[in-house]
Amino acid sequence: MVPNDRKYTRDHEWVMVEGNVAKMGITAHAAEALGDIVYVELPVVGDETTMGESYCVVESVKASSSVFSAVTGKVVEVNEELDAAPEKLNEDAFGQFIAAVEFTEINEAELMDAAAYEKFCEEEA
Amino acid sequence: MRSEYKLIFERSREGRRAYDLPECDAPDAMNEIPAELKANAPLRLPEIAEIDLVRHYTNLSRRNFGVDNGFYPLGSCTMKYNPKINEELAPLFDNVHPLLDAEMSQGCLALMKDMEDMLCEICGMDAFTLQPAAGAHGELTGLMHIRAYHEHRGDFERKTIIVPDAAHGTNPASAAMAGFKVKEIKSAPDGGVDLDALRAAVGPDTAGLMLTNPSTLGLFERNIKEIAKIVHEAGGLLYYDGANLNAIMGIVRPGDMGFDVMHINLHKTFSTPHGGGGPGSGPVGVKSHLIPFMPVPRIEEDEDGQTYYLNYDKPESIGKIKSFYGNFGVIVKAFCYIRSLGAEGLKEASENAVLNANYVMNKLRGIYEIPHDRTCMHECVVTPGELMQYGVNTSDIAKALIDRGYHPPTIYFPLIVHEAMMIEPTESESRETLDEFVDAMKGIAEQVKTDAAAIHAAPVTTPVGRPDEVTAARKPVVKFED
Amino acid sequence: MKSYVPNTQKERQEMLAEIGMKSMDDLFADIPADLKLSRPLDLPDALSESELRDLLNAYTIMNEEGGPLFRGAGAYRHYIPSVIPQLVARSEFYTAYTPYQAEMSQGMLQSLFEYQTMICRLTGLDAANASVYDGATAAAEAMLMLRDNKRKKKILYSAGLNPDVITVMKTYGHCAEMELVEIPLDSNGVTDVDAIAANMDGAAGYIGATPNYFGNIEPMSKAAEAVHAKGGLLVSYVNPITLGVLARPADYGADIAIGDGQPLGLPLAFGGPYVGFMACTQKLMRNLPGRIAGQTTDAEGNRVFVLTLQAREQHIRREKASSNICSNQMLCAIMTSMYCSVMGPNGMREVGEQNVAKAHMFAKKLCEIKGIKLRWPNTPFFNEFVIDVENAKDINDALANYSITGGLVLKDGGMLWCVTEMNCADEFDFVCDIIQDTVDNIGGEE
Repeated sequence: MVPNDRKYTRDHEWVMVEGNVAKMGITAHAAEALGDIVYVELPVVGDETTMGESYCVVESVKASSSVFSAVTGKVVEVNEELDAAPEKLNEDAFGQFIAAVEFTEINEAELMDAAAYEKFCEEEA
Repeated sequence: MRSEYKLIFERSREGRRAYDLPECDAPDAMNEIPAELKANAPLRLPEIAEIDLVRHYTNLSRRNFGVDNGFYPLGSCTMKYNPKINEELAPLFDNVHPLLDAEMSQGCLALMKDMEDMLCEICGMDAFTLQPAAGAHGELTGLMHIRAYHEHRGDFERKTIIVPDAAHGTNPASAAMAGFKVKEIKSAPDGGVDLDALRAAVGPDTAGLMLTNPSTLGLFERNIKEIAKIVHEAGGLLYYDGANLNAIMGIVRPGDMGFDVMHINLHKTFSTPHGGGGPGSGPVGVKSHLIPFMPVPRIEEDEDGQTYYLNYDKPESIGKIKSFYGNFGVIVKAFCYIRSLGAEGLKEASENAVLNANYVMNKLRGIYEIPHDRTCMHECVVTPGELMQYGVNTSDIAKALIDRGYHPPTIYFPLIVHEAMMIEPTESESRETLDEFVDAMKGIAEQVKTDAAAIHAAPVTTPVGRPDEVTAARKPVVKFED
Repeated sequence: MKSYVPNTQKERQEMLAEIGMKSMDDLFADIPADLKLSRPLDLPDALSESELRDLLNAYTIMNEEGGPLFRGAGAYRHYIPSVIPQLVARSEFYTAYTPYQAEMSQGMLQSLFEYQTMICRLTGLDAANASVYDGATAAAEAMLMLRDNKRKKKILYSAGLNPDVITVMKTYGHCAEMELVEIPLDSNGVTDVDAIAANMDGAAGYIGATPNYFGNIEPMSKAAEAVHAKGGLLVSYVNPITLGVLARPADYGADIAIGDGQPLGLPLAFGGPYVGFMACTQKLMRNLPGRIAGQTTDAEGNRVFVLTLQAREQHIRREKASSNICSNQMLCAIMTSMYCSVMGPNGMREVGEQNVAKAHMFAKKLCEIKGIKLRWPNTPFFNEFVIDVENAKDINDALANYSITGGLVLKDGGMLWCVTEMNCADEFDFVCDIIQDTVDNIGGEE
């Protein structure tokens, strides 16, 4: 269920690090909790992100939720597909990144692997 | 029952017309305007005969539900009766241009000044401005006063407004728009402000606290004196969100509770119609220390006390927050209401609003859950409680109420109560209306247990069923295309 | 005394007894005793309906209005077809609140959807919101849209905007810590386009008006070029009643169009309630503040209207919302929509042509009087224009003796006149005679 190829935050976001670039998205668990996602307010290439702070807003019909960055750095790519098809986050949360960030700071110790994240979800429930 | 209804654009037929204009007694002058500044095509507006236009809107109105159709216990919105005499009298001023020289609009100015004075007395404030157009607009205006107050004392550090988590969404949004940071504090288990949390939240950055009293749970804040003390001692000011003023007219006044600045929703407490979402009016009242910052113009009397004029010369004023002087037509209706009821009538309205809410709450006890079960003010908050185990939620109950001829209560607010239904009957309703509503609520609770599927199918008596809101938001269609 | 409480004293006592209370005072036991008001409110005596009617009539008599009116400057007297006040008096509309429950509010929601469509067609743009308080607050909200979309706090605005609009923008702008830069008018009374271009660096966009406050029709396409060349957005503040004959915002490349809908079927009413409209390109739709109606379907596939894109709004985003507005001017918006339906394409064109014709005829007549000159004789105007004359105040005083409201006297002594289809040629002759006499008399005294 939860892929092994990446790390997870306590805010239910995933992060996949390649070199100095981190691809980030939300977990299936988060997408399900949000319900039908109707809009993703994407960051813009060039935006600065700060670890633990919001870089994106995801909207359902009756809620809006901030998505928090796992790293500090600069946005180098965003998933424009989500602009026209926000439902893709519901359909395949792990297959859809939101943004890729060239980071200067990351706290690996804070991040969980798949097993730890699954356990975290169970405990939270 | 289900039926679509054509748009006015779909009724358009080329060449039909509902307008007429007198013959133009001046020579055409369109050649005075260069071609590049002129329109290059006719407007794509409907062409329709008057009878069809009249039927269109008349039938649209029949697909709508107002207080005149039935009970409308929408919490926090005070959907009381809108007196007809007020509707008839407000248009008396329809032809007065706002920029007449003051000597030609003395009647309007006098009425506004008299209104300001009455609102001061009702609220225990020192001055009122009638300029804000709605409650949220009043909040923004009031917060601008707080900002100006601190800035004029040279205190630029006070950038935080404290807002309880039970507050209306407009409170934090208005604070942000006024340039403040928002610090949210948790409510105490009894629904009131948590004094310890407040003490911990205030400091040299505190600009003020926004509070609704009675709270959005419909409960009077018993610690209000202590709250005022904490905020004032920390150097902050107290903002009163007047959304729930209908509970306390003639009984207790925001000014006496320690509030420095407040707004009123004339379309709630003072009976002006909500108009389907506007126009409203959100006058702002202040204590004397905030008077210098009020929006211009101020209505003042000249030296002989005989003539009113508009004074724009207020160097410390926050400026203007709207064109002209406010929603005058709405102000006239509220003025009529206050003059009709007088002191005794206003108090009677508040007393009966509170009585009706408690009467309904008492009858719903045991069928629905009452998370804060104590004497409420003008509204009460209930939840489906154990009915949820049958797979229905607050929204389902609301839809079932529609089929029984009622406008549902406010749902999913306040946010701090899970699956909230906020019921505000107002003083306008008779005992039998309340009894019938309670019977409907009981009937729904029964049906939930026996036939939850029917509840999920509701409403069935309306022209359309539950809308697909997800598609509406994902693929927004916000205008007609032909 | 009037009471709108149906329950009798006896019923109230019975209801109190049922909840275990003896008196109304028991209901308010939570309120600290020393805070309670210990006296009745000091308000004027309550009135019966007929007394109230007399009182309101007494206020109206203190006003002096009703004669010919030549004043606009942000509030305009146009003919209001009788179907508008009649239809908007349907209490299913006016006693309703925000259409939160779509199934029982289709009338309002559809009317709103139609209104948004009307605004889109008037302006030529893609999307409109359900309205805001008035034109001035629409300008303030547009300013915040520019900030949010471009993430820049510098915004240019024209000195030709209505002064109330400028003041309101500054009031909002102070809180938002905006940098507002005023672009002056040139010698033709229209905004200096070179100055726009020169100031655009670092700016999110420009807010201009056409016709501007002084009545002059602005060459907005030139402003659009200057603004877009620097990646900015153009906001056009328009008088909607001009749009039957004048170029529409989309025609000259405006990204946002705003204005006050009052000329479209709303009474003067001493300044309100009016209605602010806002329209924009598809790209900017999500930046629109406030409510928006949208179309969708129910489970059976019926067309249904709902409030949509709500997750932008304050009740969901709270302090992160871009605007705090939680209402609109619904009833006023519907009135403007009704006006557009009554008038249709031909009515809108004819009313525009009549305004242009009458205003030009009157301007010409005025300028035949010695000492009166158009301030900007080479600049096209719609239904307002500025004249320079000595003793403007004396002219208005003389007109007031005949219950005529003359042009607005500007701070610099000029006069801003407004002529609509409600004025007629006979009035022009009469007014010019009075002005001629006034000018002659002043001359005679010297």
